[in-house]
Amino acid sequence: MGAGIQVTELNAWYGANHTLHDVNLNMPANNATALIGPSGCGKSTFVRCLNRMHETNPVARVTGKVMIDDMDIYNDVSAVEVRRRVGMVFQRPNPFPTMSIYDNVVSGLRLNGFRNRRVMDEVVERSLKDAALFDEVKDDLKKKSGASLSGGQQQRLCIARALAVDPEVLLMDEPASALDPVSTAKIEDLIFQLKTQYTIVIVTHNMQQAARVAENTGFFLNGKMIEFDATHKIFTNPSDKRTEDYITGRFG
Amino acid sequence: MATTVYKTSPYNRISRQLADYAASGLSILSTVLVVAPLVAIFLYLVYKGAGSLNLAFFTQVPKPVGESGGGMANAIFGSAVLLLIGSVVGVPIGIAGGIFLAEFGRGSRLANAVRFTADVLNGVPSIVMGISVYSLIVLPQKHFSALSGGVALGIMMIPTITRTTEEMLLMVPNSIREAALGLGVPNWRSVLAISLRTASPGVITGCMLAFARVAGETAPLLFTAFGNQFWSADLNQPIAALPLQIFVYAISPYDEWHRLAWAGALVLIVLIVVSVALVRYVTSRGVLKGAS
Repeated sequence: MGAGIQVTELNAWYGANHTLHDVNLNMPANNATALIGPSGCGKSTFVRCLNRMHETNPVARVTGKVMIDDMDIYNDVSAVEVRRRVGMVFQRPNPFPTMSIYDNVVSGLRLNGFRNRRVMDEVVERSLKDAALFDEVKDDLKKKSGASLSGGQQQRLCIARALAVDPEVLLMDEPASALDPVSTAKIEDLIFQLKTQYTIVIVTHNMQQAARVAENTGFFLNGKMIEFDATHKIFTNPSDKRTEDYITGRFG
Repeated sequence: MATTVYKTSPYNRISRQLADYAASGLSILSTVLVVAPLVAIFLYLVYKGAGSLNLAFFTQVPKPVGESGGGMANAIFGSAVLLLIGSVVGVPIGIAGGIFLAEFGRGSRLANAVRFTADVLNGVPSIVMGISVYSLIVLPQKHFSALSGGVALGIMMIPTITRTTEEMLLMVPNSIREAALGLGVPNWRSVLAISLRTASPGVITGCMLAFARVAGETAPLLFTAFGNQFWSADLNQPIAALPLQIFVYAISPYDEWHRLAWAGALVLIVLIVVSVALVRYVTSRGVLKGAS
């Protein structure tokens, strides 16, 4: 089951650079939420605050409150615990190059000390099926390196790897921006499937993609969240002039 | 705008061909120059030393002056023991130092100090390393020992291993680290299981470089391991080593010993090449298709 996300007064900095200003946002469970906006507007910083990856940068700082269901991720639990419950898929596919496809999928379990082979076999099959990759790789699971797959397959492998630890929320930071149209379509189909089980937050530069996959969309500009509403409302009848300018291509 | 027409005039074609030959020729020449000394040394060792190699060389200890025959079994064994101790000391400390520099101490003042120290240590003459270990271990113990020799070699291995480990870890893309952290893997575990594993081919090369370098060291062993004409497997006693034995035999006035010294040098170089090749073979097995 997915979990709802409630963000209150979130501010983030990189050194002296104030990159997020007072973001308030409520993302319902088992929905896909798209975040759009021009480059450098703070969308990536925002999702990295949702699983505390932001703080892996030594000069980064964050204030505010993020609740995932009833867990306050900055006060109740450790960063490691948060990241186990909030999976992340990055912009560029980043499978572990020294590991086989199988080992990549179970890496999250193994690196946290899990050893049961039978269960891992099941997890690999289920995760790869959920990521729509199983049929393409089922004969080479332990023979081929994750890095030997095509870019689109690698990204689906990374999704399978994130799903294998059974998160409640899946963050996707421009997951299709490095992929060709066919692979992009596969990832979008996948998001449709996945949101029945997980809450999905997807950052995207592609507005059609946001319109296709997300129930709600947020528009970011210069580190502020300008508008957040149902996707069809944002794209057909935005209430803010700046949102309208952006989606009609007048800037950004 | 005028359209540029690209024509290959015969003159152009010939000059390009010549430039191509010249560049290829130069790179082949450089390759030969790089490889030639190694081949020359090896061939000369075979020419001078192969004649004295026989079963006795590998199974017997040195005979007293005046008696012919004898071998270097104790020195071969002693070198193996010293290098084993050296690796046990040098490899873990070296790798741990490299991990600190690349993963935990990045940019910190302590890391800069450690890096500087490692570079200086790398430039310390090996005889000085011998004296240091002599005063640190041999003097308090009041006798020469295999242990002190091994420690001297181990300390010499540390800076090379530390710096190569650091360089190799810095080459691991950050996206891989983020992938591990994003899965909820604790940082220390991500460093060991992901960063270090991804960098392992380079780290192993660094260890092998350090190993091969100290395998031929004589100076740090002169007053630590000391050398031994007899068979000894006691870590607390002086132990023979191939470079020491070669040194003693080569400066002796006896022709018989000179021939044994050549044979010893040949065996030393072959052992180094074989052990490096062996480690490479063992560690390259199990690499998957498509892994970089």
